[in-house]
Amino acid sequence: MSIWEYANPVKFMRTSGAVLPWVAAAAAVSLPAGLLWGWLTPEDYKQGATVKIMFLHVPAAMMAINIWVMMLVASLIWLVRRHHVSALAARAAAPIGAVMTLVALVTGAVWGQPMWGTWWEWDPRLTSFLILFLFYLGYMALWGAVENPDSAADLTGVLCLVGSVFALLSRYAVNFWNQGLHQGASLSIAPGERMSAVYKYPLYLCMAGFFLLFLTLLLLRTRTEIRRRRTAALLAREVRA
Amino acid sequence: MMVELGRYAVPVLTAWGISAALIVGLIVQTLAAGARARRALEEVERRG
Repeated sequence: MSIWEYANPVKFMRTSGAVLPWVAAAAAVSLPAGLLWGWLTPEDYKQGATVKIMFLHVPAAMMAINIWVMMLVASLIWLVRRHHVSALAARAAAPIGAVMTLVALVTGAVWGQPMWGTWWEWDPRLTSFLILFLFYLGYMALWGAVENPDSAADLTGVLCLVGSVFALLSRYAVNFWNQGLHQGASLSIAPGERMSAVYKYPLYLCMAGFFLLFLTLLLLRTRTEIRRRRTAALLAREVRA
Repeated sequence: MMVELGRYAVPVLTAWGISAALIVGLIVQTLAAGARARRALEEVERRG
């Protein structure tokens, strides 16, 4: 069996229909559990109760970048192999990524005000995240603006390649330019404890919950895009007949 | 479940409130768009 079988819309609809309830159930359990655990964590000795914002901010920021990477992979598959499901999956992922980026920006600003004394700073990571958000909006607008779906997939695929620079910058801006207000990574596989287990484990659960929520929404939205494409094809056939 | 947020109650509740609204809004929009697309396809298939 090859992974390319799932590029067939019928096969994708059948498989995703079977998987979806399980993924949705896992998201429905893990996300509320992670958020509740995070909500009940004790105050941090420096940041006080604002540490609770981390359980939304960090998973949302992680997903904002990773969703763009997923869109990049799907766009490359479309550009190289012309599999329609991959182009539709990239389109389906964009609004989810945009909302995740907005959550990261808003929670970051609300968290930054009491901790840094400012809502916003033209710091490398904050600025690259804002540009990433604008790329998400531009990507969605381009899909809506081009009538021919294959041309729209081509153009948005190229836009996705360009935007990937900012997705990577968002992740590594703190390392590239050692300046600005935003701290470096709190979670790392490198040796040395950076975060107490009291916060780390609920954060891991929140990250898993956000990922499962994304997967659920991605499957739902891709199925919607396939249905829309099928409806448009049948309507075009009616007009020709 | 009461949690003491102290002087940071406003930023914490604002961040959680806005995030909840955005995420719930995304879920509702996804489900509504899916239901619309399913109905539209069923309608066209019934005609054909």
